[in-house]
Amino acid sequence: MSLQIPLRERSNGVAGATKAVILVGGASRGTRFRPLSLDVPKPLFDVAGHPIIWHCLTAIEKVPSIQEVYLIGYYEESVFRDFIKDASTQFPNLTIKYLREYQALGTAGGLYHFRDAILKGRPEHIFVLNSDVCCSFPLNEMLKLAQEKDAEAVILGTRVSEEAATNFGCIVSDAHTRRVLHYVEKPESYISNLINCGVYLFSTDAIFPSIRTAIKRRTDRPRLASYRSSENLASSFMLDDEAESEKNEVIRLEQDILSDMADNKQFFVYETKDFWRQIKTAGSAIPANALYLQKAMQNGSQELAPPSANIIPPVYIHPTAHVHPTAKLGPNVSIGPRATVDAGARVKESIVLEDAEIKHDACVLYSIIGWSSRVGAWARVEGTPTPVTSHNTSIVKNGVKVQAITILGKECAVGDEVRVQNCVCLPFKELKRDVANEVIM
Amino acid sequence: MKALILVGGFGTRLRPLTLTLPKPLVEFGNKRMILHQIEALAAVGVTDIVLAVNYRPEIMEKYLAEYEQQFGINITISIESEPLGTAGPLKLAEKVLTKDDSPFFVLNSDVTCEYPLKELAEFHKSHGDEGTIVVTKVEEPSKYGVIVHKPNHPSRIDRFVEKPVEFVGNRINAGIYILNTSVLKRIELRPTSIEHETFPAMAKDGQLHSFDLEGFWMDVGQPKDFLTGTCLYLSSLSKKGSKLLTPPTEPYVHGGNVMIDPSAKIGKNCRIGPNVTIGPDVVVGDGVRLQRCVLMAGSKVKDHAWVKSTIVGWNSTVGRWARLENVTVLGDDVTIGDEVYVNGGSILPHKTIKSNVDVPAIIM
Repeated sequence: MSLQIPLRERSNGVAGATKAVILVGGASRGTRFRPLSLDVPKPLFDVAGHPIIWHCLTAIEKVPSIQEVYLIGYYEESVFRDFIKDASTQFPNLTIKYLREYQALGTAGGLYHFRDAILKGRPEHIFVLNSDVCCSFPLNEMLKLAQEKDAEAVILGTRVSEEAATNFGCIVSDAHTRRVLHYVEKPESYISNLINCGVYLFSTDAIFPSIRTAIKRRTDRPRLASYRSSENLASSFMLDDEAESEKNEVIRLEQDILSDMADNKQFFVYETKDFWRQIKTAGSAIPANALYLQKAMQNGSQELAPPSANIIPPVYIHPTAHVHPTAKLGPNVSIGPRATVDAGARVKESIVLEDAEIKHDACVLYSIIGWSSRVGAWARVEGTPTPVTSHNTSIVKNGVKVQAITILGKECAVGDEVRVQNCVCLPFKELKRDVANEVIM
Repeated sequence: MKALILVGGFGTRLRPLTLTLPKPLVEFGNKRMILHQIEALAAVGVTDIVLAVNYRPEIMEKYLAEYEQQFGINITISIESEPLGTAGPLKLAEKVLTKDDSPFFVLNSDVTCEYPLKELAEFHKSHGDEGTIVVTKVEEPSKYGVIVHKPNHPSRIDRFVEKPVEFVGNRINAGIYILNTSVLKRIELRPTSIEHETFPAMAKDGQLHSFDLEGFWMDVGQPKDFLTGTCLYLSSLSKKGSKLLTPPTEPYVHGGNVMIDPSAKIGKNCRIGPNVTIGPDVVVGDGVRLQRCVLMAGSKVKDHAWVKSTIVGWNSTVGRWARLENVTVLGDDVTIGDEVYVNGGSILPHKTIKSNVDVPAIIM
């Protein structure tokens, strides 16, 4: 069974149809987003007043040639039903479908599995967006670069500090042509500070054959479990037969496709100078919230609360939330549906989720207050600010690594006058005494 | 009658407060420490007071002159050129103390209590021996020097046992004495300790008695004890139904023991108490929560701040939504920024704190 790439004339200068795929993962993934992912799938977690993947859709909507968007993942069907219904009204120009993998196929494996659906209507290009990134998604710019260079693939890249670079996929590119010369996922030693943002544009002519080649290569010769460096080679091992057959179809874009593309394909990088963050740990929702709110402010969004003596912009307050006029909010605060913030409370650099309650004179800084949680009067729930450029959400305090952001899971309660600092609190816990630098089970 | 108050040094243990004022001038319960003692002494007819200090107390002279006027007494400052311990200063002040034959009081300036000086003088007169020391009952005698009485005598002291391992008694020296002028003959003009040299010798001669202190007693020489001593003092006032306390009928008073100077301003929706002292011209904003704390004159606590177990020094400012606790002490003119948390910080005068002090620290 070979894939028939439909022949089609190149429309001179006129862009062909484009589709977008958002990789949403599944419930068994994203454990680092706990305790928040215990109650909501990470892609649907609200930052800046909207689910994480809603921000992807707003970017996708701005590409005129896109009409169809697929969410690919292995959550149950019902998980995205309401979201898709709401999104269809908010993004009337987009048709959004959820394609469920019944087993985790890997980021490339999933794409390949649903190739018939994706290729229907003969799109020239597909965008592939990882749902766990927060950025301005400059998709039109990527498409423009693809057309200029007649590229088979365009990857979104950003510069990070040298120390941080090795935690990501690293791109070596030609400074003039912007062609990708080399790609390596999480190298052990420093190779480049231009990293993979997890946003790609592929020509349909190139990506599916590339994946097929990778699958074929996998079947032909067993793969080394680890091949990062020569040092690792010694300790690497062959996957045993059983595991191999099971994992045969797991093909990941980053590890299995991009490196080859750098060798064989017209592969280019579009470097964004705008913000970019990964949303991995639950705490990373705080910088993501801040960045999306700032973007909304720059765009003059009408959704944001108007600045005043007690509103330091940007602040998002859901229309059904109750915020007392003497409470001071912001910057970078999102208040969810039906949440209440009482008189003289202070909320800064935080997310207050649905039905949560902040009592009078309480102070919430650098924290996420879970659904239906309650923060008592004069209580103080506090995280630690991390540098703007940091891609890390943990900090070292007294030699111990702790979460910078304080997170209260669903239906937690902090007593009156109690102080909670740098803690992660699992759902349904009541905190009656001061706690710091702990995970509360 | 006459009295000597042992002041000693500038009071380094009570820094950062004593970087600004010598310890006797620091307000305790909205009244300078020395004034508590002067008042108590004047009330029992003391006319001559010697302050034994070992620094040049220019700043004190102004206040002392005022007190001389107010109470119609003479206050002499006796400066030690070298530290003379706890007995030496008595010898140095011999001239004043032997002005007449009446016994004289000795007070330690660090100690706060209800000063039962009238009863003390009467008791001293009744036994006719050379000296009486006020003693207080403690829970853990093993930490102190304990008094042992003569067998079958309720007050005559037999000996002192320093930090006893085995229980020998639970009464300790409270740092308040009344002594006959003859005691001065026992002291030489050199650095010498009244507790370790003079008193044991007097006990040996059967000339020393103890007097049980009623009510509270506290050495308030350091911030932690200053706060505890304030609680004890306010509780004692409360028991007596003192008018100095703010009536608990005020809506913001919570748990009682709250003393607020009439010139202080209190905002809306505050919850204050228990055990709070608020000095003159203090401004407390809206929605402020105060407990077990002292706000010195001219300080300001802004809206929604939360302050516990803290001494806010003169003219200091606590920012909105700031949180201070765990024996935090702000010196004179300190500013704590909005939303800042300070855990056990000792902040020297004129500092501005803009980020959290998470663990107890001295901020120079």
